Amino acid sequence: MRRETLLNAAVLALLLAVPLWAQATDEPFTITLATRAVILAIAGVGLNVALGLGGLVSLGHALFFGVGGYAMGILAFHAQSYTTLIDWPVTIEGTKSMPVIWLVAVLASALAALGVGALSLRTTGVYFIMITLAFAQMFYFFAISWPAYGGEDGMSIYVRNGFPGLNTMDPIQFFAVCFGLLLLVLLIVWRLSRSPLGLMLGAARQSEARVQALGQVPYRLYLTAFVISGAITGLAGALFADLNRFVSPTMFSWQTSGEIMVFVILGGVGRVFGPVAGAALFIVLEHSLGGLSEFWHIYLGAILLGVVLFARGGLYGLLAGRERAHD
Amino acid sequence: MTDPVLDIRGLNKSFGALRASQDIDLTLHPGEIHALIGPNGAGKSTLIQQIAGGLRPDSGQVIFDGRDVTGLSTAARARLGMGRTFQISALAMDYTVLQNAVLGALGARGGVYRFFRPVMRDADLLARARAALDTVGLTEFQALRTSELSHGQRRQLEVAVALTLSPRVFLMDEPMAGLGADGSRRLMEMLDDLRAQAPILLIEHDMDAVFALADRISVLVYGQIVATGTVDEIRANAEVRTAYLGEEEDA
Ligand SMILES: Nc1ncnc2c1ncn2[C@@H]1O[C@H](COP(=O)(O)OP(=O)(O)O)[C@@H](O)[C@H]1O
Ligand SMILES: [Mg+2]
Repeated sequence: MRRETLLNAAVLALLLAVPLWAQATDEPFTITLATRAVILAIAGVGLNVALGLGGLVSLGHALFFGVGGYAMGILAFHAQSYTTLIDWPVTIEGTKSMPVIWLVAVLASALAALGVGALSLRTTGVYFIMITLAFAQMFYFFAISWPAYGGEDGMSIYVRNGFPGLNTMDPIQFFAVCFGLLLLVLLIVWRLSRSPLGLMLGAARQSEARVQALGQVPYRLYLTAFVISGAITGLAGALFADLNRFVSPTMFSWQTSGEIMVFVILGGVGRVFGPVAGAALFIVLEHSLGGLSEFWHIYLGAILLGVVLFARGGLYGLLAGRERAHD
Repeated sequence: MTDPVLDIRGLNKSFGALRASQDIDLTLHPGEIHALIGPNGAGKSTLIQQIAGGLRPDSGQVIFDGRDVTGLSTAARARLGMGRTFQISALAMDYTVLQNAVLGALGARGGVYRFFRPVMRDADLLARARAALDTVGLTEFQALRTSELSHGQRRQLEVAVALTLSPRVFLMDEPMAGLGADGSRRLMEMLDDLRAQAPILLIEHDMDAVFALADRISVLVYGQIVATGTVDEIRANAEVRTAYLGEEEDA
């Protein structure tokens, strides 16, 4: 087997083994940590579609994470307070059903990505970074100043949303739901990266002149990738909100965007499973270094610097070598 | 004579004070190789770029298949059937040679916005890509990363990708540069046959190749076409000899 395949299997096995062991030894907090890693991994896998495949350095993915989070928060808030979401022209009520919430979160964040992408992708390089950041900040301040949904304080959701046939309040069952979604997202992105679109997108990243000479419009390719990317990160946002049973403007903050990018860089830009390893490593570092010092971000910064300077390919580059060109 | 596939009318382009294209008229007819020669910096690449769409001319028209394409994007012109090779390779360097060829086949066939089927298992695209690689002689290198290719091999791959497009016209910017004697001869034989498929506007430095291959030759000096004619006419043209062929000797 190829080293990368082995590493993928090892990463998933570890991510599965830790909560199972925690379940056996009755350590619910560890299960929650693992669930957090899984959810953040989904966010990173989403960003990696734009960043890794398309070469689009978005520093605004917190926007989609937040949109997903607020989609969950708003729907669940109306359901728990027995109020309607809108009355006109049709009555729409809130919901506590996870599948419905996911669907809304994915559609809402895809739509947001379409709007933000359509405007931002007219720029390149550092301007693109700044404009995506600016859009996310706009949403951040908007969320802060929206008293109906908690404003600065955010919203608490008292009971975790439901999934048919499962008790989602049981940490291990909620973990299973998130892990299943991670697998699904990985499958989609893995297929995407080998699809016609993936090939052309990667070519646009390497040479726009080339894909234009082939009759393709880079803007359209990038926008498609950006929408898929935003939708996946939005799904992660909805799960993250459900994990914490809490939504707040922090989900939109630039720190969140930065952290999602850190997962991708730590794991390996452009490697399908990279962000999974990156997010898991991040959680481990946060937990272990965070216990040592309040200023654990300084150590994280040092590690990141090391990765960028000495291990460009992140964990995957280090352990699995350079990506195979194709199979 | 039949209608030209490509009809360039009164093209002008300046970069500041530098007039890179001056009132350029040029036609390309079915079945011909029209060579564009001229010293370095004469404006050959600039002209090709205006034809292919990378640069907007200040004035003038590009008529392709009877249609004014001057306002169209590069991508739109490519879809209409302009197959271009770049002087400075524009290939996906991280991809394998085969992937680059498949990319061309994919661009030609369409269906780019498909998300789920593995593109490198598409028998149709692979067959088309492999045929093109075979034609230029890159078959044995198909699994190499493009960044590992030599300069000349990248040239060949540029041509192969253009072949996968089955275009209506080829625009080739110095495809033989850096190929070596063997590669050049092989490519010349290939171009010789290729003109039957689609006419070729060929920028080339190698005078022997140009004289051996071209049906017509245009000589570009300081952004102006100083002469257009058959091989014999150009050989005999005094202006060309002083302006260009003379310089060749000390180049
Ligand atoms: N984008 C540009 N901006 C300014 N000057 C340019 C640009 N592109 C080409 N030139 C200049 O135009 C002239 C023609 O260049 P080019 O078409 O590349 O020549 P050739 O291909 O015949 O060697 C050169 O003097 C070159 O420096
Ligand atoms: Mg040139």
